[in-house]
Amino acid sequence: MTIYLNKDSKIIVQGMTGGMGSKHTTLMLQADANIVGGVNARKAGTTTELNGKELPVFGTVKEAMEATGADVSVLFVPPAFTKAACIEAIDAEIPLMVVITEGVPVQDTAEVFAYLEGKKTRMIGPNCPGIISPGESLAGITPHTIAGKGPIGLVSKSGTLTYQMMYELRDYGFTTAIGIGGDPIIGTTHIDALEAFENDPETKVIVMIGEIGGDAEERAAAYIKDHVTKPVVGYVAGFTAPEGKTMGHAGAIVSGSSGTAQAKKEALEAAGVKVGKTPSETADLMREILQSL
Amino acid sequence: MDLMEYQAKELFAKHGVAVTQGIVIESADDAAAAAEKLGGFVVVKAQVKAGGRGKAGGVKLAKSVDEAVEHARAILGMDIKGHTVNRVLITPATPPVEEYYFSFLLDRANRSHLCIASVEGGVEIEEVAKTNPEAVRKIPVDALEGVTPEKAAAIVDEAKFPAELRDQAIEMVQALWKVYVEEDATLVEVNPLARLEGDKLEALDGKVSLDENASEVRHPDHAAFEIREEADPLEAKAKDRGLNYVKLDGEVGIIGNGAGLVMSTLDVVAYAGENHGGVKPANFLDIGGGANAQVMADGLDVILNDPQVKSVFVNVFGGITACDEVANGIKGALEILGDAATKPLVVRLDGNNVDAGRAILNELNHPLVTQVDTMDGAADKAAELANA
Repeated sequence: MTIYLNKDSKIIVQGMTGGMGSKHTTLMLQADANIVGGVNARKAGTTTELNGKELPVFGTVKEAMEATGADVSVLFVPPAFTKAACIEAIDAEIPLMVVITEGVPVQDTAEVFAYLEGKKTRMIGPNCPGIISPGESLAGITPHTIAGKGPIGLVSKSGTLTYQMMYELRDYGFTTAIGIGGDPIIGTTHIDALEAFENDPETKVIVMIGEIGGDAEERAAAYIKDHVTKPVVGYVAGFTAPEGKTMGHAGAIVSGSSGTAQAKKEALEAAGVKVGKTPSETADLMREILQSL
Repeated sequence: MDLMEYQAKELFAKHGVAVTQGIVIESADDAAAAAEKLGGFVVVKAQVKAGGRGKAGGVKLAKSVDEAVEHARAILGMDIKGHTVNRVLITPATPPVEEYYFSFLLDRANRSHLCIASVEGGVEIEEVAKTNPEAVRKIPVDALEGVTPEKAAAIVDEAKFPAELRDQAIEMVQALWKVYVEEDATLVEVNPLARLEGDKLEALDGKVSLDENASEVRHPDHAAFEIREEADPLEAKAKDRGLNYVKLDGEVGIIGNGAGLVMSTLDVVAYAGENHGGVKPANFLDIGGGANAQVMADGLDVILNDPQVKSVFVNVFGGITACDEVANGIKGALEILGDAATKPLVVRLDGNNVDAGRAILNELNHPLVTQVDTMDGAADKAAELANA
């Protein structure tokens, strides 16, 4: 099994007709994702051909869901319009909303998160690579060629570190790899993904990748200690990051003495998680565990 | 983006927060006129993006115009926690009767906003939280509802501000929320929020951090808050070219794709440096997905202009980006830079189209370029070259 996304997932793309949207919709189709249409109010009623497939464009998420039975939406909407696009998808009760967009104002994300309360939608992102269940489906921008299906579940704040880790462990493969995003406020957290992987019988081991900023890793460590029985291997990026500087991701900042990589590593180790010093050492730790299973 | 006090006070005034803006000067020669205009009894305050200005001697009370000039002269050019003081703010001296603390900030853990208020202000709020935690009130603010007049009243009552100041405090809280929301701030802090003679409430200091994503999307006027000469010259140059660059104190220049991978690269280089004379990463530079020749050339140009840099490590994992495009980018960048490229380059390519990418660089056979297949191995080589 996989988490959140599988071969039966029917995916629509908000912003499919834009540059990023059409490029990555093509790549998702190449990964055998079941893309069933796109949303663009100005192009409603037209169709777009991508990767040899004729895709209908709908005026709203609600119409797209009614016409296609879609249960996942991937958003490639510019940052200024992302909040409105998310609210629309939530109102349409889409079960899974994957927000790829980077640069969303954080107060917009805070509003969207508050709006999600009590609704039926799970949000992944923003500012994330999305989610891939290798061999089944892809909702996002993770290259489907890196690794195949296998026993590892992966959750990471960073896109490229997700790719790097999938590559290091490509001989084993993954149930699902989820990039939760590097913004200060995100929908799905490390803890959510850990819980889902713990409950997924096909996921045997979990890799968790974090980075400086906030205390999500510390809270995930506490969760692992109390609730996760499967082996977890961790990696944290940003030991050399200076205080007060944003390192690429909007959320990647050490403020005063909080949010440091050292504190996160210590919290994870205290929870029994083996933490690698480098991505390759992390992969080696995972390999040792897999060989002993 | 963190604002300086005088910039924060501009935003306070714009949104109706009770504040006295004062006069900003960059030369001690202008201090006399400013102090005179404000009545001679003034405070001279260093304007730097660092806390603890008072302790560092960057805030001084002047009882006369002459004294104000003297203080301005001493404070201008002073170094406070690595920041040179290029301007001072001169404000009327209004000794507070009481000092309170107030802030709105982004609460990452709860994915919402938080208000922190205390009747014990004027000192670091972290200290108050330790010595008298009961006096520090933390009040969550709903991101959808915001701060209504009722919410503002609830905040003021919870914080136990004096009854005779209640109406002023409610107004102040609403105005500060306007600053927070309408300017897309992640922090609006007033410490001290002062009770002056005659029971007047006023923001005597101000700290504002703005969300750069929001500034980009809907606040073009925020660009005016950037003070170019305060920025590191290499960081300013990188910013002009749209590069995501942070200057660090080391010898190995770093270029990579993706924030997470670049952060990780810095760490791996620092570990490798432990075996090579303690060399460290010189910078953070994320060139993102599209590593074409121009972006690569711009990145290399910034890094090679850092006199501390002894070697450069280009670490790319081809996800969507193909390694042959990156290799062609490096090739093109070396052509664009010509003789300006003077330092050894260690390149590690992996992922999408890696064989084609490595073949391009092998064929190029450039004397400055060394290819290493693994991230750890390449970091070690780059550290070794930086220590040569």
